[in-house]
Amino acid sequence: MKLRVPRGVWWTAAPIILVLFWLVVYPNAFLLRESLAGERGWTLGHYARFLGSASEREALWNSVWLSAASVLGAALVGVPLAFLFTRFDFPGRRLLGGLAALPVLLPPLVGVIAFDFLYGEAGFLARGIQALFGLDSPPWRFTGAWAILVVHAYTMYVYFFMFASAGLARLDPAYAEAGAALGASRARVLRRVTLPLLGPALVGAALLVFMTAMGSFSAPYIFGGGFRVLTTQIYASKLNGDLAMAAVETAVLAAVSLLFLALLQRYESARTYTGASKGTTAAPPRPLRSRGRRIALSALAWVLVGFLLLPHATVLLVSLVPEGTWTTQLFPPVYSLANYRSLFSDPSVAEPLLNSLQMATLATAANLVLAVAAARLLARRSFRGRGLLGALVVLPWALPGTVLAIALASTFSVHQPLAGRFVLVGTFAILPLAYFIRNVPLVTRAALSSFRQLDPTLEEAASVLGASRFTALRRVVIPLVLPGLAAGALLGFVTALGEFVASILLYTPRDRPISIAILSELRAFDFGGAAVYGVLLIAAMALVLLVGYRAVSDGSPRL
Amino acid sequence: MLRLDSLSKRFDDTRAVSDLSLEVREGELLSLLGPSGCGKTTTLRMIAGFETPTSGRVLLAGRDVTALPPQRRGVGMVFQSYALFPHLDVFENVAFGLRARGAPAREVAGRVAAALERVDLAGYEKRSVQALSGGQQQRVALARALAPEPPLLVLDEPLSNLDAALRERTRAQLRALLREVGITAVFVTHDQEEAFDLSDRIAVLDHGRLQQLGTPEELYHEPANAFVASFVGHANFLPGRLSNGPGGGDEAEVAEGVRWPVRLTTGIAPGPVRLMVRPEDLRLGPPEERGDGLGARVVDRRFAGASSHYRLRTGQGWELVVATPGAAPHVEGEVVVRLADGAVVHAFPEAP
Repeated sequence: MKLRVPRGVWWTAAPIILVLFWLVVYPNAFLLRESLAGERGWTLGHYARFLGSASEREALWNSVWLSAASVLGAALVGVPLAFLFTRFDFPGRRLLGGLAALPVLLPPLVGVIAFDFLYGEAGFLARGIQALFGLDSPPWRFTGAWAILVVHAYTMYVYFFMFASAGLARLDPAYAEAGAALGASRARVLRRVTLPLLGPALVGAALLVFMTAMGSFSAPYIFGGGFRVLTTQIYASKLNGDLAMAAVETAVLAAVSLLFLALLQRYESARTYTGASKGTTAAPPRPLRSRGRRIALSALAWVLVGFLLLPHATVLLVSLVPEGTWTTQLFPPVYSLANYRSLFSDPSVAEPLLNSLQMATLATAANLVLAVAAARLLARRSFRGRGLLGALVVLPWALPGTVLAIALASTFSVHQPLAGRFVLVGTFAILPLAYFIRNVPLVTRAALSSFRQLDPTLEEAASVLGASRFTALRRVVIPLVLPGLAAGALLGFVTALGEFVASILLYTPRDRPISIAILSELRAFDFGGAAVYGVLLIAAMALVLLVGYRAVSDGSPRL
Repeated sequence: MLRLDSLSKRFDDTRAVSDLSLEVREGELLSLLGPSGCGKTTTLRMIAGFETPTSGRVLLAGRDVTALPPQRRGVGMVFQSYALFPHLDVFENVAFGLRARGAPAREVAGRVAAALERVDLAGYEKRSVQALSGGQQQRVALARALAPEPPLLVLDEPLSNLDAALRERTRAQLRALLREVGITAVFVTHDQEEAFDLSDRIAVLDHGRLQQLGTPEELYHEPANAFVASFVGHANFLPGRLSNGPGGGDEAEVAEGVRWPVRLTTGIAPGPVRLMVRPEDLRLGPPEERGDGLGARVVDRRFAGASSHYRLRTGQGWELVVATPGAAPHVEGEVVVRLADGAVVHAFPEAP
């Protein structure tokens, strides 16, 4: 189908591009300027200061090697899991395969506190060992690089699991069969045929994990201890008031992230092998002949998935512990719904929840408007600036939350209306704005895929049958686009609900969001109070994914 | 019923349709036939109202509808992909046009039932359109287009999404149905056989220009130019020379001493020309009877029941296809190709 080029297209395209420039490009450019601004004129002095400082160099090096190690850790968990669930058939395969993707349900901060409850020095495991051996102090402190690495591997293996599963499902079994027919052993086929063919999927996952790990803030912030990485350095510099240094660190982090985004996009556009024959069907999972093996594999899968679900269960369990009742016992002695009741009875407990709901609603509404307008343009129209718009809507995805927050903080802290700068820092508006920007890629992508799947001849069919543009919109376009759009918007909404990274740099004490409340409960050792918010966030995420999955699977037919 | 009045359409630098005029009579089935990119789909979209002509007019029942949007033209359309609404069931798909035009609910049910009955899909009302086979989807698309009883139906490659066996059967059903309804219809197709089968008259298009408008017989036996001749049926092309001898130029010299009678097309002048002869207008004989024939060698033979098809290479190196009646004895090796009794060759201007 030819793309139509109507004259009025710039009337919608120009405002969208301008808004994105103003909110995404401009603050980052401003940040860059800040990193280069000296007392008089331009200077590289701040960069020299960055490179000259041993602790800054150490933070940069730590970020890089920790991210590389996170890739390795996530791959070691995710890839075998993908093989287990796509290649072998055993009782419970489908259910467990679905559950294996569950860490997606953990908002970053909630995942981190769950790990603290489980493996931290006051966590169940440490208490158990302490009780077992009668130790005076906890057997370990869950801090430093290893702790961060464990959390990263746990939260990020999902990328490898999903990419490798999808890759395996698309892989033409004829390749492996050809290898086997040529006399290669099973191990050889795996090593020489299957894994190389999965290459593109694995590299994609690796780049994504690297990017995510570089930008990760929650785990290093909570578990880092003395271990510095770039994101936590930025936070520290900001707290110390060294804004120039924060700008330099942010610029470095953004540069690394953008480099990886560029790599990822080049990789995605490169040819990927799927199958030589058309209508490729995946190899069916191999049924295991021996009964013993089948049971063993099933048991292994249950144990693995149980392990993956432990953090969720822990958060739920801890949420039932009233404040001050759990001290040195292995398991909490008292369980009650007191923490949940205080959500309704104590306004100070309910307030962060209401704040977050309000901010996430505002951000999502704005996301929806922008996403529908941008997606319609990107899916249907060809115009000058289309590539630019496409790049602008993915850009925020590449920028870690810390980068975005610092950029917003330095741009929107003065009142210069003519320069497009307003005082938003310290006001209620700054967080919804940050959430909006962070979710632009997510919601726009959902809208775009909905509009791309909408066959334009359906609208023509409606009009030739006599339907007005409004009727066609109401009876054909909206019903077909809505499920995907709603799923994307809801996902954006719950992401905003639990957002932590940008929030901690930008929040105002008057309008604390949920994540900040979790943090302060944690600091006050009210684990139950923190866990209640965690449970709510997990539940919201689960609900949204369930609704989204159902809407996409049976509400909107795919042609 | 439908008149296109020197219709033209340009997209940026390309002329999709140039100065196209034709008239479709009441109750007539007309095909727009041509290779891809010939402008036939653009023409159809201008008739339906999806494209605005750069110049020219579209007249529907005497009324100029050039400026009207599709909603207000009342043309029924069957899309190549059918464009059935995936979120609506069969009933709601067929009812869509009736409801959009504000038909009362009681009437809708009756007319949907009648339309489905007509395409042999009674009882399928509650089915999801995605659960239907390709042939059934095609019939739902047809019922949906016919339900509002449009004065004109346009069909964009209506059978191209069906497999070969089903296509032939569906073609016969479609023709019978359209005849029964008595509707005026315009098809777009690139398949000559389909055009012959479905239509009363055919408009052959190439590079956005109308090459010839006529009945299938006219196109086949009296092609207006070499393009039509080659696009409709098989055509053998040979170089020749039109003599301006005593006969007044109705004979052409095919080879040294071989003169065949020709039918002239307009604008042809004596001199070198391009000759076209249909395979069934040629006969094969034993090499001894040279006479006014061309010496040739059989390259390949295929028996097709009613006829046999020979592929030959003449002494001059030309390739010819000859269809002889199935009952004729087979020949092999060296042969002589003659013109059948009463047959003629067509002379076209030499390719530029």
